[in-house]
Amino acid sequence: MLKTFNLGGVHPPENKLSADKKIENLPLPKTVFIPVAQHIGAPASPVVKRGDEVKVGQVIAQSSGFVSTNIHSSVSGKVKKVDVSADSSGYSKQGIFIDVAGDEWLEEIDRTEELVKEFNLDGSEIVKKIQEAGIVGLGGATFPTHVKLVPPKGMKAEVLLLNGVECEPYLTSDHRLMLEKADEIMVGIQLLMKSLQVNKAVIGIENNKPDAIQLLTEKAKNYQGVSVVALKVQYPQGGEKQLINAVTGKEVPSGALPIAVGAVVSNVGTAFAVYEAVQKNKPLFERVVTVTGKGVSKPSNFRVRVGTATSELVEAAGGLPENTGKVISGGPMMGRAIPSLDVPVTKGTSGILLMQEEESKRGEVLNCIRCARCVSVCPMGLEPYLLMTLGEKNIFDRAEDERVMDCIECGSCSFTCPSHRPLLDYIRYGKGKVGQIIRSRK
Amino acid sequence: MKNIFTVAPSPHVHSNDSTQKIMYRVVYAMLPLLAWSVFVFGLDALRVTLIAVVASLAFEYLIQKFLLKVKPTITDGSALITGILLSFNVPSNLPWWIIIIGALAAIGIAKLSFGGLGGNIFNPALVGRVFLLISFPVQMTSWPVNIKSGIDAVTAATPLGIIKESTSIADALNSLPSITDMLIGNTGGSLGEISAILIILGGLYMLWKKVITWHIPVAVIATVAIIASIFWLINPDVYINPAYQVLSGGLMLGAVFMATDMVTSPMTPKGQIIFGVGIGLITISIRMFGAYPEGISFAILIMNAFTPLINNYVKPKRFGGK
Ligand code: SF4
Ligand code: SF4
Repeated sequence: MLKTFNLGGVHPPENKLSADKKIENLPLPKTVFIPVAQHIGAPASPVVKRGDEVKVGQVIAQSSGFVSTNIHSSVSGKVKKVDVSADSSGYSKQGIFIDVAGDEWLEEIDRTEELVKEFNLDGSEIVKKIQEAGIVGLGGATFPTHVKLVPPKGMKAEVLLLNGVECEPYLTSDHRLMLEKADEIMVGIQLLMKSLQVNKAVIGIENNKPDAIQLLTEKAKNYQGVSVVALKVQYPQGGEKQLINAVTGKEVPSGALPIAVGAVVSNVGTAFAVYEAVQKNKPLFERVVTVTGKGVSKPSNFRVRVGTATSELVEAAGGLPENTGKVISGGPMMGRAIPSLDVPVTKGTSGILLMQEEESKRGEVLNCIRCARCVSVCPMGLEPYLLMTLGEKNIFDRAEDERVMDCIECGSCSFTCPSHRPLLDYIRYGKGKVGQIIRSRK
Repeated sequence: MKNIFTVAPSPHVHSNDSTQKIMYRVVYAMLPLLAWSVFVFGLDALRVTLIAVVASLAFEYLIQKFLLKVKPTITDGSALITGILLSFNVPSNLPWWIIIIGALAAIGIAKLSFGGLGGNIFNPALVGRVFLLISFPVQMTSWPVNIKSGIDAVTAATPLGIIKESTSIADALNSLPSITDMLIGNTGGSLGEISAILIILGGLYMLWKKVITWHIPVAVIATVAIIASIFWLINPDVYINPAYQVLSGGLMLGAVFMATDMVTSPMTPKGQIIFGVGIGLITISIRMFGAYPEGISFAILIMNAFTPLINNYVKPKRFGGK
């Protein structure tokens, strides 16, 4: 029996159209727009101004606190302006526009493909390098990695879990990275283990990626303390709490962080970025992005410089299909629909999914038939139908008692509701309101 | 390049399951029972079902369109189910106008006055049945002769009626059909309640299609079986063999098709077990100590009333403990 998490879950069609497409470098764009807020926490503050010459890897916006990160230039060229433009949230956000000229990297960055295995830094030195390199969780959560590596006082990590689950349909960037950069990921894991002072790391991979499971299991033999577990295909296994539960059997208590059960979770893509940052002096300014969709003529995995407009990726994947109705940044379950192709790729962009017109419409909302499907699929053990009603009726104290704040916004409830009820829409609204109420109490 | 696309919050995909598909799966599960009832009771059975279905759909349409002035929902399959279930719960020789009154009670009173599909507290078909049982007790309990079976040609009573009216168990056992006949459905009774095997088959189909879960049917049947066994073991001269209790009357039909109605039953597995045990207890109490030979309809309706309460207190297992 394959392991998986204990409550709920759904199995949307996987549609991994680009699973066998090698990662290709996307041609350099002519201009980039690099937002200064690409992570959870305080936006970085720009340190360049119009007319400045920048090189690839140079800091262009500085971290403005502990929960914040540096932003580096992904291209070389001249700063055109520091201004606002729409990011994937659809809102105008501050960022730096750069006109690309050549491809000149900072000298200290090692651009060779050679694997650098050895390191003799201590834990805090590694954390410092990770922090300077602007690394955030690349699975989509974009939480600054260095913050996770410094557990709160009195807490100690026991195990590092690596998320190689990629449970979102369509997305294949982590899968490709595991196949093509297995050793680099392993070294990255060693670095993370060292910084956390743990001697055990487990990589969780869903069983629909047997090649990755096999390869990493093979590689793990050469790396002390690292092992691989195959997991049953079940969404949302990539959720932190679900992954911890699937691998260790432990449940992170309501409202607590993973460290409460001794676990720290990191994405395999993040481990790769850590490798590059520490062993190659390369800050985080590019990432792998899957471009996919049923109408896309060349579903692909691209290595993309941060700040590149979505339109460039779509062009490279064969152009925008005529009947495109919706463009998703991320996967279909948790990704964001973006209003236009001008939106730039950021550190958290795992994929661009082009949905056809007929896939983009929501079904007609009917009465709740009390079928309890939403209850049985909720991985957090909540009652989505009830939380929706409480949200609709603005009954927030009860919503809090019914643990609306535990909702991880995985969308399994809305996905499964036969009456097409917009459950998560109202639950999000309720969460927002209850969150405000909780903060105002403090 | 400027493009404006649809922007909506996640998730952006759907399971493609629909309320209508779920309802039709229930209908498919009932079709073998319908066929069997026609085989056993003749075309009269089909007549009853057709009248009940047409009347249910018509009332749903007319009331929604002209009285409530909302978009009629007759295509969602739920009124169809109510019609079929109502006909399953009545004798095949019931006059047409009584069936229509039953459909009006089911659709008009039990369903639409509570807000339509999903809003109702009580199972509509059962409300229709109980309404008829109280208003037309004679017609509702005069059973037609089973045209198929030679053994049954002499008896027009249901197994439960026989038990209730017999002076002793030995006497009852003489006139009762065999267990095999009851499993297959070679007895008298309402349209849909006679064949235990076909009911179980329909239940398995619904389990497979994830329309129902096992909790309610198993809880109802196990409760009745256990209590009946206890009494039977204590005094087999007064209390009937538990197999008769389980296989007779509407118990199987009620446990599999009516107690499982998702709208009127609890949401969580634990709640469903409480619900099922409650139905079993009330059913057997009515059968043993009450005035009616059959208690499952009342039992389900009573537990329907407790469903909101059960939902309120029996919560699913939360991730991350208390
Ligand atoms: S899945 Fe939809 S119809 Fe079923 S109980 Fe939940 S909200 Fe109601
Ligand atoms: S979105 Fe929230 S309520 Fe809905 S299934 Fe996921 S965790 Fe449960």
